[in-house]
Amino acid sequence: MADIVKPRDAKDVEDAVRFAVSNETALEVVGAGTKRGIGRPLQTDMTLDLSGLSGIVLYEPEELVLTAQAGTPLAVIEEAVRAANQELAFEPIDYAPLFGGAAGGGTIGGVIAANLSGPRRIRQGAARDHFLGAKGVTGRGDAVKTGGRVVKNVTGYDLCKLIAGSWGTLAALTEVTIKVLPCAETETTVVVHDLDDKTAMRAMAAAMGSSFDVSGAAHLPDHIAAHFDGLPEEGASTCLRVEGFAVSVKHRRETLAALLAPFGRVSFVEAESSRALWRSIRDARPFAHGQGLKRPLWRISTEPMRGADLADLIPPSAQMFYDWAGGLVWVGMPVEEEPDAAAIRSAVAAIGGHATLVRAPVAARAANDVFPPQEAGLAALSKRVKDSFDPNGVLNPGRMWAGI
Amino acid sequence: MSVRMPPVDQAVLDRRAQIVAALRQIVPGEGVIAAEREMRPFESDGLPAYKQLPMVVVLPETTGQVAEVLRYCHANGIKVVPRGAGTSLSGGALPLADGVLLGMAKFNRVREIDFDNRVAVVEPGVTNLAVTKAVEHEGFYYAPDPSSQIACTIGGNIAENSGGVHCLKYGMTTNNVLGCEIVLMTGEILRLGGKHLDAGGYDLLGVVTGSEGLLGVVTEITVRILKKPETARAVLVGFTTSEDAGECVGRIIGAGIIPGGMEMMDAPAIHAVEEFVHAGYPLDVEALLIVEVDGPQAEVDDLIGRVEKIAQDCRSTVCKVSQSEEERLLFWAGRKAAFPAVGRISPDYYCVDGTIPRGQLPLVLRRMRELSEHYGLRVANVFHAGDGNLHPLILYDANVPGELDKTEEFGAEILKLCVEVGGVLTGEHGVGVEKRDLMPTMFSQIDLDAQQRIKCAFDDKGLLNPGKVFPQLQRCAELGRMHISGGKLPFPDIPRF
Repeated sequence: MADIVKPRDAKDVEDAVRFAVSNETALEVVGAGTKRGIGRPLQTDMTLDLSGLSGIVLYEPEELVLTAQAGTPLAVIEEAVRAANQELAFEPIDYAPLFGGAAGGGTIGGVIAANLSGPRRIRQGAARDHFLGAKGVTGRGDAVKTGGRVVKNVTGYDLCKLIAGSWGTLAALTEVTIKVLPCAETETTVVVHDLDDKTAMRAMAAAMGSSFDVSGAAHLPDHIAAHFDGLPEEGASTCLRVEGFAVSVKHRRETLAALLAPFGRVSFVEAESSRALWRSIRDARPFAHGQGLKRPLWRISTEPMRGADLADLIPPSAQMFYDWAGGLVWVGMPVEEEPDAAAIRSAVAAIGGHATLVRAPVAARAANDVFPPQEAGLAALSKRVKDSFDPNGVLNPGRMWAGI
Repeated sequence: MSVRMPPVDQAVLDRRAQIVAALRQIVPGEGVIAAEREMRPFESDGLPAYKQLPMVVVLPETTGQVAEVLRYCHANGIKVVPRGAGTSLSGGALPLADGVLLGMAKFNRVREIDFDNRVAVVEPGVTNLAVTKAVEHEGFYYAPDPSSQIACTIGGNIAENSGGVHCLKYGMTTNNVLGCEIVLMTGEILRLGGKHLDAGGYDLLGVVTGSEGLLGVVTEITVRILKKPETARAVLVGFTTSEDAGECVGRIIGAGIIPGGMEMMDAPAIHAVEEFVHAGYPLDVEALLIVEVDGPQAEVDDLIGRVEKIAQDCRSTVCKVSQSEEERLLFWAGRKAAFPAVGRISPDYYCVDGTIPRGQLPLVLRRMRELSEHYGLRVANVFHAGDGNLHPLILYDANVPGELDKTEEFGAEILKLCVEVGGVLTGEHGVGVEKRDLMPTMFSQIDLDAQQRIKCAFDDKGLLNPGKVFPQLQRCAELGRMHISGGKLPFPDIPRF
């Protein structure tokens, strides 16, 4: 059992990493540990538990900015911003239930380190797009800061972008500054019923190509639709969300419904049901049910219009649904503990984009690439970036790829 | 004006004829320019106070040529400065006496427009506005709109992470770029991203964007295009104090409204603009806001009403809503002509670019007035009020000895003030050579070293655009060394389990 070290402040984190460097100790960097199951299995000597670095440092709603210690629970931040009628507009997925954990447990540092996002990715971006500044300790034991607390900033390299989505392999975050935005006054989802996957992609493209400011576009095929919340009826459902001021939502839902009517029968999901629906889409809820937890899960990002082509290329008994207007495909494999990486990788190679093996048993994650394999030049550059931050490989070594 | 640049490599200059010949082998015909007279147009960019003739100008036409040029220069230890349209306001494309100036202007084709996936694939020499022109027949546009959009190129936009007046709602370049083809200094060609979202690994595209041409040369770019909003209306609001205007901006955002654009001008800017454009701006106010909301007609009308109410609550003395598209464009015409308008009332002006937390605006304006008196130089302010990006324009006369130096000093004081109140040195114009030596006011040497190590990961010989961004050039071998000493457990008090 590895040691656990729980720093109280940023200085402790610096000390811990310096100790690790001096003693050739590999650290597992965790916040609340809700995404521990993602990545290649780690062989570390010590766990660096950042959950002790907790608390909101600054929140100025009128400036749309919030700074928090990296280990602050996301729930604490969400509660604080909700009180000012604001939110994290990038709608971060809660991965915990996909691993059998309780919902609502992650930290803001984990949200950033994994570059989380949700259905609103297509309109508001991912964590990377809302991540203004950070303090952290690199694998050299250097306490560094990058970015700032203002939205518009081009001073020096944007290291925030590298840190977002680096899964703790470059720096142990101690403090992050993010942009927050006003909550929408209300929302409605326009549902088109009973479309096949390819027609659904066209319907979503039409909606996204309109001026109706669609903030969520998902297609839930017939075989899986019943597992989502908030839908009025079973059967394939193509869901388009409009959010904003009530007067605007009312106008856009009508015009959007008229635009989509030629594709199929249309109905509406209002306010609270709509929110429940998109939460279940965000969290890939159909794959979070007890008996399915052992089935490997893939998350595939591709060009939206190619999303449906994937259905023809993967094992027919796999379960799947589409978010991001077709650009994000979740694929749940039919056989427990069998990720069938060869089939998925070759399918994704054919349509473009990349696939991440989000959930699989340890042995499968050791035997297969979890993150998308990179061609040689890109892999070498990624390794050089890793080495620039963490030359001795003390931070989550090997979590993304061998040596990274 | 002088700025310390990397030492000139005399050995390279001595081989100039040989280098020019080798480059002509790679880029035939008129693609290599070596005559001094013909190189003149390249000696400076949008920051004309700095001038330097390059050793040679190369204008490649294909990715293969770019790769060959870079590979040759890497092998022979020759510095390279990439250039788009040369509109940088921070000297980002300032040539080096012993360097190749790599002009990307011939990469000017729109390669693909894909409306279904809402992306355009363009070459880096395509202008910002040309992207919108290429897609507007279907009602689409490219969101980032820097003031120089008629001339500046997408490649340059990537280098600088360009913004514009619509950033608050639609983001900067980095939020609107999905992929690129990039050539490293070694000549290696890589693809980052594509038509899909997010990187599968490290977000290298994210760090290349805004790297000011120091990491690689981009040869193809995939950008996101958006459908134009159904309609847009603007309100012109005047205040007797900048405090009231600042409060109005805060309250609009506090009310959950994110305007498509929200711009502020102070009295000197308003007067200069009104004389020039006759946009109907009130002249008896200290601060003027332009607030534009866009979206469906019903939403826009509703929000305009809310903005008017907030403006009244903030003691506005003038509040004028655009009643037609012509009037909306007229409101903007004034703001967009602010720089040339100021250019009419002064022989020269110097544009500063810092960002502050919005709430600090009254303090910053007050301190700026004090500085203005101290230096005896007038200032006109235009301000992207929504995102806190300030553009003070310092009025000076370059023919008065010493006035340019005084202006630069004044500008540096303003930027230091921005950092002091929690802001940053540059919001959208970049560090370049202009703000390079101010970087230590914002970053420690440790912070800067972390950034320079990224430079080393991309360009280990430091040959690509050296002398920009970083005040001190360091050797990658030295930066790579670890300086950690001791092996004791340094945290006996940290809770362990």
